[in-house]
Amino acid sequence: MSLTSFVPALPEIFVLTMVSLILLIDAAVGEKRRYIAYGLSLLTLIGAALLTLRDFSSMPVLALGGLFIDDPLSDVLKLFLYLATAAVLVYARDYLRQRGLYRGEFFVLALFALLGMMVMVSASHFLTLYLGLELLALSLYAMVALQRDSSVATEAAMKYFVLGALASGMLLYGMSMVYGVTGSLSLGGVAQNLADGTDLRIPLVFGIVFIVAGLAFKLGAVPFHMWVPDVYHGAPTAMTLFIGSVPKIAAFAFVVRILGQGLESQVTEWRDMLVILAVLSMALGNFAAIAQSNLKRMFAYSTISHMGFMLLGILAGSQNGYSGAMFYVIVYALMTLGGFGMILLLSRAGFEADRLEDFKGLNRRNPWLAFVMLLLMFSMAGIPPTVGFYAKLSVLQAVVEIGYVWLAVAAVVFSLVGAFYYLRIVKLMYFEAPADTEPVAVAPDTRLLMSANGLAVLALGILPQPLMAVCVHAIGASF
Amino acid sequence: MNAHILSLVVWIPIVAGVLVLATGSDRNAALARWLALAGALLGLIVALPLATGFDTGTSAMQFVEKAAWIPAFNVHYHLGVDGISMPLVLLNSFTTVLVVIAGWQVIQDRVAQYMAAFLIMSGLINGAFAALDGILFYVFFEGMLIPLYLIVGVWGGPNRVYAAFKFFLYTLAGSLLMLVAFIYLYYQAGGSFDIQTWHRTSLGMTAQTLMFLAFLLAFGVKVPMWPVHTWLPDAHVEAPTGGSVVLAAITLKVGAYGFLRFMLPIVPDASRELAWLVIALSLIAVAYIGLVALVQSDMKKLIAYSSIAHMGFVTLGFFLFNELGWEGGLVQMVSHGFVSAALFLCIGVMYDRLHSRQIRDYGGLVNRMPVFAAFFMLFAMANAGLPATSGFVGEFMVIMAAAQVNFWYAFVAATTLIFGAAYTLWMYKRVVFGTITNPKVETLTDLNGREWLLMVVLALCVLGLGLYPKPLTDIMHVSVVDLLAHVAQTKLP
Repeated sequence: MSLTSFVPALPEIFVLTMVSLILLIDAAVGEKRRYIAYGLSLLTLIGAALLTLRDFSSMPVLALGGLFIDDPLSDVLKLFLYLATAAVLVYARDYLRQRGLYRGEFFVLALFALLGMMVMVSASHFLTLYLGLELLALSLYAMVALQRDSSVATEAAMKYFVLGALASGMLLYGMSMVYGVTGSLSLGGVAQNLADGTDLRIPLVFGIVFIVAGLAFKLGAVPFHMWVPDVYHGAPTAMTLFIGSVPKIAAFAFVVRILGQGLESQVTEWRDMLVILAVLSMALGNFAAIAQSNLKRMFAYSTISHMGFMLLGILAGSQNGYSGAMFYVIVYALMTLGGFGMILLLSRAGFEADRLEDFKGLNRRNPWLAFVMLLLMFSMAGIPPTVGFYAKLSVLQAVVEIGYVWLAVAAVVFSLVGAFYYLRIVKLMYFEAPADTEPVAVAPDTRLLMSANGLAVLALGILPQPLMAVCVHAIGASF
Repeated sequence: MNAHILSLVVWIPIVAGVLVLATGSDRNAALARWLALAGALLGLIVALPLATGFDTGTSAMQFVEKAAWIPAFNVHYHLGVDGISMPLVLLNSFTTVLVVIAGWQVIQDRVAQYMAAFLIMSGLINGAFAALDGILFYVFFEGMLIPLYLIVGVWGGPNRVYAAFKFFLYTLAGSLLMLVAFIYLYYQAGGSFDIQTWHRTSLGMTAQTLMFLAFLLAFGVKVPMWPVHTWLPDAHVEAPTGGSVVLAAITLKVGAYGFLRFMLPIVPDASRELAWLVIALSLIAVAYIGLVALVQSDMKKLIAYSSIAHMGFVTLGFFLFNELGWEGGLVQMVSHGFVSAALFLCIGVMYDRLHSRQIRDYGGLVNRMPVFAAFFMLFAMANAGLPATSGFVGEFMVIMAAAQVNFWYAFVAATTLIFGAAYTLWMYKRVVFGTITNPKVETLTDLNGREWLLMVVLALCVLGLGLYPKPLTDIMHVSVVDLLAHVAQTKLP
């Protein structure tokens, strides 16, 4: 293996090197100069973005002996991963500092998780997929548990770990079945082998069931969703912000790589499973969200329903559907960053703004932030002219294209239910008097980022074409 | 022909709204008001060339603008008006000016946000009337819910939250199903969201029937038709005066417009097949809701129910499938825009003084407010359908059209002449005449200059349209005839 075959993996290598450096430097400089770790982390993201852009591929390139793939899909998704991670670092900074969690480990874990996700989106082999997934998962378990003296957080971390390990086990079991049928671990090999036809139907379907169950666990789709509300609620909000947004992008790639690329020919087998998962997720997620009085829990259930929506695009099994799902997941990450970011912004030392009442009368306290939150909520509800509408439109379109009109009708009915609890937040902010009169103190850079986040939701809603074109291109050139 | 008039009509109010919003807190309330007025007037002025430059000899879309918007979905920024939508655009731009003036003193809390919400909504409604692309229409159609939700919820009365939610969710339910219909049409039309292409797309009967139901729900909620009308009285009672005016005069028309632009031309066979359903619902609205209006003790609620009954005439006219019915329905839409706006403004005038909408709190108003009583009389008569007012023209045309189709349709529809007169005039009698029982009425003052201006303008509109409706029917005539011919053809494959 020559040295040039490592070139497509340069961003990953760069991130790994930088994480190790940050770990050493932060340990050396200590508490006082934590901003060094913060700055270096942001620099790492910028550097990785530049490296990814430099080698932006127009067609798929296999590297490292077929373990690793560099295609437009992975490049585009990686850029969004960097962007989302950077947003997390900025939003989380003040919150962590006020709670004594502003430690070097946070940066190291976040970047290791990022590295895991980068490997996931660039994997073309069951081994690399699993490697990336575990690197991500282990970093996330540790992040949730970072607040050692909080029993809620520790409990959440434990739940997350046990259920996550179970999911990984199921995934591995399914992969081994598929390996048994096809004799290959690389996605290309599996796809080719299955396209030729196999008479080992039962082990294959068995394997697919386990793989889909494992994926559903990781996505948090019903009935494998139990960990989501507890982890979202129990983890410190800054960690929830990270868990809730960035890994979903990687999870999308993970699902699309396995189902769309590896098991493409078996679409009739896994489509029906995804239909059930999607319908249950949309139903339970939206109905359960109504009953929540804690915003983090509400967002957790809303995430479940959003994942159901994203599955609609994937289950279509068409390029149209994949690009729709990709658009959906990117938009979802954008909205979730804003939503959890807003909780972080309104929290202050010794006070968590994670109950619904904490948003009461925000329009009187800070009209601008209330307006940004309004945009985010309407976008999550899928009301035009915000970008959330086009996300829903693009997956619905894919579903109607394959003739599942009833599924589209079911989806819109559940999104009507969903609109209720998003509207309730707008109601609290605009129709009610503030309960908390403390002025909202926000650092200028966080405020700027939040404004950009909210306006992006609106701007992409008025002109969705650029992002849509990127998704269509990335999927078209990678499949 | 004329460059970007429609874009200006859509975007000037929206941009003005954003500017008003930027004036910020209530310290700059005066600036916000004047800026809003300027924006509304400018919006009306740029809309005027639509009327002067309109070619009444063609049913083709005019002032067309078309540009690629979302090529990934083949969605275009495609605007244009014909004889059906042009009067509605003008009506909306005109009403926006009234609303800004009506809220001048009444609204003292968060003035900039109030004015901005109305301006932005005005632009969105113009967009809905002018859109010729399905997704573009949907964006405007849904987008207008956001400002309206805030208007009802923030500046409404005690039960405002309930009303705002009910209104939003009802409307959203209908339009989401319509969205699925749109996506289905996209594939049936070979990958196009163009509304005029949809008009020519052939569809099987099952698909047509399902789509008919989706459209019926989406537009029926907006009109609103019995039995999905219940959000309207709630929203009206709780909305501030300006909100009620826009709701009654404009947003209801978006629903009726949807029937003509979408339902009838896209699914003509199902529409003819199921016309009985819409006619039945319309007649129930006319007769039953008329009776419901009779027993209301809240003036705003009474006018809200009367709106439902009057909009029943519009939908009845549309589903008679003859020229007189359609033109009558359209005239009724414009007329109701003037009359309901005027009546809600009248109630607003009283409410600002006495802070009550209950009929029993009034009585003997004519002793203290003779000028107001005179104007109120005119609008009440117009609501009852007195000849020489605009209310008469549309109702009379629709009843004539119904008589051509079926005597009993006409018979039931004509009951409105009795019920309408009964509930409007009985309310008028109790509020304006009689002796003064409430001591507060003694202290009332007559119209101020601002209110007087609003009343005069609307009175001129009501009388003008009532005495000489020909300019309006001329504008719509060719479009109606051609669309009717289109709807008469079958689209079954």
